[in-house]
Amino acid sequence: MTAVADRPARSTASLRHRLAERGVDSSLWLMVPALVFALALFVYPFSYGIGLTFQPSVATQEQWGGGILANYVAFFRDPFVFDSIWITMRLALPAALFNVLASIPVAMVLRRRFRFKRFMTSVLVLPITLGTVLTAQGLLIFAGRQGWLNRFLIATGLVDQPVQLVNNYTGVMFSLIITGFPFAFLLVSSYLSGIDPSLDSAARTLGAGWWQRFRRITLPLLAPGLATTFILTFVLAFSVFPSARLVGDAMGSTRVMSLMAFRAFGEQNDYAMASTIALMMGVVELIVVAVVLAWRSLLYKGSTGGKG
Amino acid sequence: MAITAGTFESLELRDVGRSFGGHQALAGLDLTVRAGEFIALLGPSGCGKSTALNCLAGLLPLTHGQILLDGRRVDTVPSEKRGFGMVFQSYALFPHLTVEKNVAFGLQMRGLPRAEVSRRVAEAIGLVKLEDHAKKLPGQLSGGQQQRVAIARAVVLEPSLVLMDEPLSNLDAKLRLDMRTEIRRLHQELGLTTIYVTHDQEEALSLADRLVVLREGRVQQIGTPDDLYDHPRNWHVADFMGYRNILAGGLMDGGDGGDGGATVRVGGLTLRGRPVGEVGEGDDVRVAVRPDDLTVLAGGREPRDGNAVEGVVAVVEYHGREFAVVVQTADGATLHVRTPTAPAVGDVVRLTAAADRVLVFPAELSAASAAADRAEAVTAA
Repeated sequence: MTAVADRPARSTASLRHRLAERGVDSSLWLMVPALVFALALFVYPFSYGIGLTFQPSVATQEQWGGGILANYVAFFRDPFVFDSIWITMRLALPAALFNVLASIPVAMVLRRRFRFKRFMTSVLVLPITLGTVLTAQGLLIFAGRQGWLNRFLIATGLVDQPVQLVNNYTGVMFSLIITGFPFAFLLVSSYLSGIDPSLDSAARTLGAGWWQRFRRITLPLLAPGLATTFILTFVLAFSVFPSARLVGDAMGSTRVMSLMAFRAFGEQNDYAMASTIALMMGVVELIVVAVVLAWRSLLYKGSTGGKG
Repeated sequence: MAITAGTFESLELRDVGRSFGGHQALAGLDLTVRAGEFIALLGPSGCGKSTALNCLAGLLPLTHGQILLDGRRVDTVPSEKRGFGMVFQSYALFPHLTVEKNVAFGLQMRGLPRAEVSRRVAEAIGLVKLEDHAKKLPGQLSGGQQQRVAIARAVVLEPSLVLMDEPLSNLDAKLRLDMRTEIRRLHQELGLTTIYVTHDQEEALSLADRLVVLREGRVQQIGTPDDLYDHPRNWHVADFMGYRNILAGGLMDGGDGGDGGATVRVGGLTLRGRPVGEVGEGDDVRVAVRPDDLTVLAGGREPRDGNAVEGVVAVVEYHGREFAVVVQTADGATLHVRTPTAPAVGDVVRLTAAADRVLVFPAELSAASAAADRAEAVTAA
């Protein structure tokens, strides 16, 4: 025994046992369906799309040069395409920011106990069940030139001319808020409910007014959740397509990236360019997500419960 | 010692009440607390003790009555301006702030200069012996350490009143004893006026100068620990003060206070006891005896005051210096008794108790005793 003591003891367990200890066993077969789907529906099409971006059409190559990178050259050089980044940002950033910021006070008020709380919550969350198309349709009927709102405003003499609320930037912004706010509200509420209410009581007995309690206790504990909520609503708003087309100004102020990709694909039959725009959409989103996550990593992310 | 208690003469609760919807969680609480006193609010869960504490802290508005500090009304002052310190059952430490910053929080809210804040924080952390952990987050501390941080955070403000809401109930048994001593030490060192909520009679008896026993939102008795221990006003208080043997019976004779004795029929037994409160012949009564006042009669010895109960030993527990024994009587009553030697399970034993240690209470828990208490509390003030 002493002779082998200084050598690490070799395991006497079977190979199967040793593999199982490292997490390799027959239950891994359960991953097969998911893997097949991921490969067939995501990895392959995604790689194929990336491949397409390096096969620019002859017309693109002639116009922009750059060989196999012609699509990217076109994307960055053609202001008509490139500006769609800022147009999309101009919609998605304020919409996401508004949704998150507006959710905070609403979620805080609805955290208290009062009558009609359930009803109020339902009303706020209901738009989640409406599709973007239905929302757009509703907006057109309600806020269009001949819509109820304008007819009411004119009938009451508040305005002479119908107010332009749809088929422009405002219309898309409305739509993004209507569909995005319930998501943000639900997420922020659940993050908020994770914060032990006795922390607020403790801060009160220590002499903190409501603003100090919010600023010093609630907000720091909520911030990581706000970052996550922002990312989700931003991504949702960034890929806006139906409302940009239906209640927006598709060739003007709401010429968002997804519309540009669709135009290249549907109208110009330039699949390679469409893929390039789609890929760049992802890149822009990733940059924003990375920035937010970098900020989030600086925050306290531990338990927000009572005993810490 | 630079940390001291905020000074005041007396804190007065007048007819304080709180209802939730139609339910009265607390009613008619009258209490005068003198500076430096340690008061324990004691009662089972749902008795209104935590409600009373939250009302004092200002976290719950009163629906009835007044709270006065040296004659000034404080119940209308918002919680953040009251200057009372509170220690929560769940500790309620700010998880994103270090121990130091948790303790500093209240001082910063008062806008004290930075140098003074750090001096007083260091002192408070020293007081609870957490110097080595000052830079840690609460999540990195053990339960006992977290509770010490919570106490330091409350006392660093030199509050006129410290409120503690079952601060030890989340700790294990050994730690609870240590922290109990710690709280008592801090109270004596700093002279902090403390109101302490607990459901543990041992904790209340060992810590408090005076106890307030509550039941269903109403005060049952206010008094010093030995007062309550020896002279509980009704059987509910007795139950809480360790009178584990509470038997229902009927009064046969006495209770008028003549010779002070009363004869009670409990099941098939007749016992002599001391009446407490208004009991008349034929009334339903509760008989209360503490386990250590019951003794097992050695063979041939005369029972005390003719009180003898026969039963079969059902359970024997070893408690170090003595044994806790459960005895089942012929008519199904269960009696708890302490003995220096262990009887065998199944043995037939005879128990006895001195008549003046057998308390006879009215079965009704009337509001009268609470009202009497209140009158006494007011005059005592």
